[in-house]
Amino acid sequence: MTLAPGTAVRVRDSWPEAEGPAHIRTPHYLRGRNGTVMRLLGSFPNPEDIAFARPAPLRELYHVAFRPAELWPGGGGDELLVEIYEHWLEEPR
Amino acid sequence: MNLAAEDGRALLAAVTALLGEKGLVSPAEIAERIAVTETASPAQGARMVAKAWTDPAYRALMLADGTAAAEAMGAFMRGSPPLGVLADEPGLHHVVVCTLCSCYPRAVLGYPPFWFKSTGYRARTVRDPRGVLAEWGTILPDATRIRVVDSTADYRWMVLPERPAGTEGWPEEALAGLVRASDMIGVTLPAAG
Repeated sequence: MTLAPGTAVRVRDSWPEAEGPAHIRTPHYLRGRNGTVMRLLGSFPNPEDIAFARPAPLRELYHVAFRPAELWPGGGGDELLVEIYEHWLEEPR
Repeated sequence: MNLAAEDGRALLAAVTALLGEKGLVSPAEIAERIAVTETASPAQGARMVAKAWTDPAYRALMLADGTAAAEAMGAFMRGSPPLGVLADEPGLHHVVVCTLCSCYPRAVLGYPPFWFKSTGYRARTVRDPRGVLAEWGTILPDATRIRVVDSTADYRWMVLPERPAGTEGWPEEALAGLVRASDMIGVTLPAAG
């Protein structure tokens, strides 16, 4: 589903850690937040599977920009860049 | 069997022997990896920064492919995550944090400093970077944008700071001597003298 730079995305408001043991690289503070794809960094075996020694399919990893002012009242820097895996990204609402 | 109660050295020896018997990792490879981990230090990254300051072609390589640039300077990158390099420029400053744990470009900076792993640094840098930098004595002009890079997954990031004023004509070795780990994380800026 390779996303082009500039694509508007939303981080899924998903909480697998509430269901059971999980290893997740998507920070809590970004769940359900909108961002913009900056670039594709590459494809990596899904760390969520590696952590449990399961077969780990390759997943695309994106550098996604967020606006800190939308994340914290009156806080944050000017820009925030975070690595997010493709299966955590969806269409913005 | 309660693993936590067992003798650590005996466990390590047993696991190492099993890995060797199964052909997964040889004792020589483990020794090599330990040696590489022990020798990696911020001096490696500092040499890369100094070269980037003096060699435009190397700077271009560093920004395009940090791993290749590190290998070109003799860093051992096999088995390490890809290295991304964030170049500061007039009006733009980068600072790296790992809010989830302590992801750090160990191959070029060595072990992460204790404060990089602290919950305070991790929680506050992403939320109030200007305030955290001020506590380091790093006061940036209001007009300078701060770009926080939360290192969460399969890349590792280092900052390429701007070359400090007053270093014109300095040889690479002297330039490298100015660059600290904290400069390559982005909480401080290198300065001459």
